[in-house]
Amino acid sequence: MDYTIRIAGEAGQGIQTIGGVLSDTLLRSGFYVFSCQDYMSRIRGGHNFFTIRFSDAPVMASRKGVDLLVALNLEGIQNHRDLLTERGMILYDPEATGETFEAEEVLAVPLRKLAVQEGKNPITENTVATAAVIGMLGMDMKVLEEVITETFRRKGEEVVQNNLRAARAGYNYAVQKCLRCGFVVPPVSNPKGLLLNGNEAIALGAIASGCRFYSAYPMTPSTGILNFMASRATRYGIVVEQAEDEIGAINMAIGASFAGVRAMTGSSGGGFALMVEGLSLAAMTETPIVIAEVQRPGPATGLPTRTEQADLLFVLYTGHGEFPRVVFAPGSPEQAFYLTNKAFDLAERFQVPAFVLSDQYLADSRWTIQPLNPERVLYRDYRLKGEELRSLKQYLRHAFTDTGVSPLAVPGDTEHLVVTDSDEHDEEGHITEDALIRQRMVQKRVFRKLPLLKKEISPPTIYGSDRPEVLLLCWGSTYGLVKETVDTLSDRYSIAMMHFSELYPFPEHSGQTWFSILQNARRCISVEQNATNQFCKLLRSETSFHVKEHINRYDGRPFTVDELTEHVQKTLEGHK
Amino acid sequence: MSDEYTGQIPAWCPGCGNFPVLESLKQALMELKLRPFQLTIVSGIGQAGKLPHYTRCNTFNGLHGRTLPVATGVKLVNPEMIVIAVAGDGDCYGEGGNHLLHAIRRNVNIKLFVHNNQIYGLTKGQASPTSMESLKSKTQPFGILSEPLNPIALAVALDCSFVARGYAGDQEFLKDLMKEAISHRGFALLDILQPCVTFNKVNTYSWYSERVYRLKDHDPQDRIRAFQVALQWGDRIPTGVIYRNERSIMEDRIPILKEGPLTKRPFDLNKILEEEAFNPLK
Repeated sequence: MDYTIRIAGEAGQGIQTIGGVLSDTLLRSGFYVFSCQDYMSRIRGGHNFFTIRFSDAPVMASRKGVDLLVALNLEGIQNHRDLLTERGMILYDPEATGETFEAEEVLAVPLRKLAVQEGKNPITENTVATAAVIGMLGMDMKVLEEVITETFRRKGEEVVQNNLRAARAGYNYAVQKCLRCGFVVPPVSNPKGLLLNGNEAIALGAIASGCRFYSAYPMTPSTGILNFMASRATRYGIVVEQAEDEIGAINMAIGASFAGVRAMTGSSGGGFALMVEGLSLAAMTETPIVIAEVQRPGPATGLPTRTEQADLLFVLYTGHGEFPRVVFAPGSPEQAFYLTNKAFDLAERFQVPAFVLSDQYLADSRWTIQPLNPERVLYRDYRLKGEELRSLKQYLRHAFTDTGVSPLAVPGDTEHLVVTDSDEHDEEGHITEDALIRQRMVQKRVFRKLPLLKKEISPPTIYGSDRPEVLLLCWGSTYGLVKETVDTLSDRYSIAMMHFSELYPFPEHSGQTWFSILQNARRCISVEQNATNQFCKLLRSETSFHVKEHINRYDGRPFTVDELTEHVQKTLEGHK
Repeated sequence: MSDEYTGQIPAWCPGCGNFPVLESLKQALMELKLRPFQLTIVSGIGQAGKLPHYTRCNTFNGLHGRTLPVATGVKLVNPEMIVIAVAGDGDCYGEGGNHLLHAIRRNVNIKLFVHNNQIYGLTKGQASPTSMESLKSKTQPFGILSEPLNPIALAVALDCSFVARGYAGDQEFLKDLMKEAISHRGFALLDILQPCVTFNKVNTYSWYSERVYRLKDHDPQDRIRAFQVALQWGDRIPTGVIYRNERSIMEDRIPILKEGPLTKRPFDLNKILEEEAFNPLK
């Protein structure tokens, strides 16, 4: 069983509300749920859609076909009707479309009328639609009723009751009228995990790493991190500040980190471009900082609500001067959680900037993920404070050490002073132009830390055949998509995915199994959501390995499993 | 005690107006009985930015224009720390102008000391936002074409919690103003007129000394009167506390800070994961 539901209509019509309640209901019923969103950069109007795929087996990408289309306006039908599967159904309200459709795959439900009659308020129309979907799927109403009760509880008992009545009306109508509905939804039970999107997972990863300060300037598609942090600020003791601009945001986070707490900032490409000066500041002052860069297509304003993987080399090489950094690109919300945690750990342990590189697709996609495991969360406070600091005869913020890492003291905690400078500085942190000190500081920051950081980096994930003839190379948010594509093609080809989520320092390759798999594959095809194969360039500069075949997409839309499968097949058959 | 504030040897020009500013600051800190570790100075880039190295304190000498955001970050996670931002006129009124507007709005309990010499010193003599129209430089060969910024009027217009002007040539009074700014609860702007003896041939010690006077019988709570004083410039230049109000500070408006500084807050991973992650129903 593997169904796709799509809710399509204008911005402001309640697409997200229907999608959210349906996803929660399906998750709670015990299904694996994957949802993603396609929306325009506007508040009202336009054409948006929310896609939910659910199954009794794990799902991690979207399919091309739509089994149940909820069309909230005429365009909703026109734009997606062609994607309907053989047994697929369309649900619509003739009052909303202004047109009536007389086809067996179309079910007219008087959403608005039922909302007014039963829900006592036209606003309950979304609840009518949600329940009609549950009815069409032949599912029980019980879980939906629970979700509705919880969702509307804070709005009062009357609102809850109105919505429950509206839901029953929509459900009964669909059950009685949808004679062609042949969906087979097996009974399942117990939620398989939690439903998180990339932004929520990054924010939760930060909170679980002890982040105490988050400052940012709103920018799509990274704003969800700021929202989530703000929603938890009081509960967990975090100062969340919306800065006047991204320059202010990164400098505030650096100030907070200098003062002794874990701090983070986030933005999308254009906002991060403004932070670049601050990145270099964090590096020079060896102040730990975590930066989330949630990519969207550029250059400049680009496509604000769409997806791309075109900031990899920017994030990797930006910032004046030479300094080490960490760059992680999670492939799923689960990876986003654990890699954000690892970014905080490495940033503080090595006193370097660490990036979590995400994109709109990951930011807005919700996956069913396993309950988060505290055993897998790293938490060690690397700061020097209290008695340990007080007992030192002398404290030097930038002391030369074997590892290049100097003790990171909390200012004000003892009488020892913490001094640092954006100018080149001596061990104590005071400005200097001494040539020998400069040399040793560069060696400390770059040559000593980098090899140690590299040791912490995990190799890529390999999925599929052990000795693949065809290897699909990918990184970041395309993980689920490529993995499912491998599943689809594995009966026809000896095929595997090689997915990189820890990109810099680049994983050790010499003598490693992953590198010999790469070298031994007959066909090696990269899949990147950009035009210039940025990952392949990184791979080549780090390992000299040259990838010759590429699948690129740069229209701002993610691949579906079916589309990527087709591309891979064409590539393989194109040059036999 | 006096040695406690002796830092590195200054690299300023002989006779630089920064020396009396540094001496006033050391004296003010001593008289307030503040110890170096209780204090963080965040400075920018320019001759003023070097100041914290020439005394002893926790120091973050950051980027040009970015003193206030760094100071804001420090203060918000550790409100017990005394945080002073030291910047120059180009640093704070030019490069960092936007941060100044919003720092005044936030009203975080930070003290901003601006060494205002009406010129760029470190880059050798270009116009600053406060340079007067009569000044010519290599990059402004026809003289300055823009009106000078009036930081005092700007701050009063934004209802800044504490606005004062001091003068490096009146060290005793400058020290008192610094003490008052540090003791005030709220964002304090202290604009310090400070001659650049090398590059500014217009606003010299004698130019200032002929004009600068100490404000007397002025009620700094009177905003309209404060604005009138803020507009005085030219033959007579007032120094002293020009405006003050007792607005609530941002630290008081952040509920969790009532429980103490975040730098001392314990961390409980299990509580977070129990509340968030093991509850699939959220």
